[in-house]
Amino acid sequence: MSFRLVLNPITCVAHGMCAELFPERITLDDWGYPIIDNKPIPASLEDHARRAVAVCPTLALMLQPGQESRKGP
Amino acid sequence: MATDTWAARADAPPAASAPHFSRLLPTAAKRSFADHLDWYGDLPATSSALIGEIERSGLRGKGGARFPTATKLAAVAARKRAIVVANGTEGEPASTKDVVLMSQAPHLVLDGAVVAAEMVGATEVILCLKRGSVVRPLFERALAERRAFGYDSVPIRVVGAPDRYVSGEETAIVNWLNGGDAKPTFVPPRPFERGVAGRPTLVQNVETLGDIALIGRFGSDWYRSAGTPEDPGTTLVSLSGAVDKPGVCEMPFGVRIGDLLRVAGADCADLSGVLVGGYFGAWLPAAAAADVRLGVDDLKRTGGGLGAGVVVAMPKRGVCALAEIARATRWLADQNAGQCGPCVNGLDAVAGVMAELVAGDRSKQAEIRIGRWLGMVEGRGACKHPDGVARFVSSSLRVFSDEVARHRAHGPCAEGRVRILPTPKTGGWR
Repeated sequence: MSFRLVLNPITCVAHGMCAELFPERITLDDWGYPIIDNKPIPASLEDHARRAVAVCPTLALMLQPGQESRKGP
Repeated sequence: MATDTWAARADAPPAASAPHFSRLLPTAAKRSFADHLDWYGDLPATSSALIGEIERSGLRGKGGARFPTATKLAAVAARKRAIVVANGTEGEPASTKDVVLMSQAPHLVLDGAVVAAEMVGATEVILCLKRGSVVRPLFERALAERRAFGYDSVPIRVVGAPDRYVSGEETAIVNWLNGGDAKPTFVPPRPFERGVAGRPTLVQNVETLGDIALIGRFGSDWYRSAGTPEDPGTTLVSLSGAVDKPGVCEMPFGVRIGDLLRVAGADCADLSGVLVGGYFGAWLPAAAAADVRLGVDDLKRTGGGLGAGVVVAMPKRGVCALAEIARATRWLADQNAGQCGPCVNGLDAVAGVMAELVAGDRSKQAEIRIGRWLGMVEGRGACKHPDGVARFVSSSLRVFSDEVARHRAHGPCAEGRVRILPTPKTGGWR
């Protein structure tokens, strides 16, 4: 099963630690907020992703199974 | 009045001299229950088959997202103990169609809310209006009449919600009804999964409910007899800006925007641009807009959207379009919910650069920065507010690029300060 990163932009307050730990998929914008590439994460990068998620002080960053984009009624 | 007569008139193809349709909007207000029943006929009992009929009608939500209504109904119907929220908050400043519909046909909206409740098995309807709305007394009276007849199978209550721009977004309404701020929340869960009081919640715009009440009476074939195969039926349009007769009209989908503007007494030749969809829609060059058809996909192809059916005409002379757009951009930036960093910071930055463009951006630095920041806010909020503002601003920079160049060369222009774009004062989040 593949995973992708999901960010709750309401709880994110731009600590920026995720970008330090997972630069392959996370960069920071001009105000320090993470820009997330939510393509499925290959197994080789999963450890990096998990570390980035674990270090988020506000629990804004999540790892979710599946690769469909967020959509619904 | 016999339903046949009414349906026959509604089905007549729109003539050039009488382009208005009269389905949702009666020719004269039907505020009393007796007048309402006389005009639209009695409401047949709702069976679960009606969701299929709604699906065949091709009805899409009129609040702005134009999401297929049947899909939303089915998602809520599949769950238990639902609640229906009739959304009449109409936060889009240039939109007046909901308040016009509610004042002309309050019972039609209530019919639709009750039918929707029956379709999804809901036990309650909550009608959300803007706090202090002029239509509230009409609804209090309408509900008293219906109660006297014992007409409705579910209780309906009316509430006055905050009037902030993003407060009408469905998760924001749900959060407010649950005692929080009227601010969008992170999804999932979406309201159909967990909404008011944690229950599955159907949030539908009041115009959509009016359509449901009509389809419940006359069926999907009748509904599809107006409009186009891709966009069946009619839609309400709020026309404003540089037009002789601003207001709301009901139009079949597929009508050309040039013809629409002519109804309001405006000629595209006198206009520089047309804003279609509202502040989360897009600007079109007036010349090109004239031939664009009013349709969900037609407008998507132009890089915009039909949104809540807003059309605003920007005149060629007498108004500095760039100053107007910069003023609206500042208002939109200030309407952010203060929740998501990219929206709070990004929209403020974009509004600041728009003001620089009005002052005259000699170094061209502002244009470079605005491009970078517009790209940076898109898709980064919990709701679509930043995306909408980005579309509004980037389309304006395309359509009014000559204006930007003129301001760069000559500084702020001497054109008048007539207000084309409404930027109303708003209250708090509770």
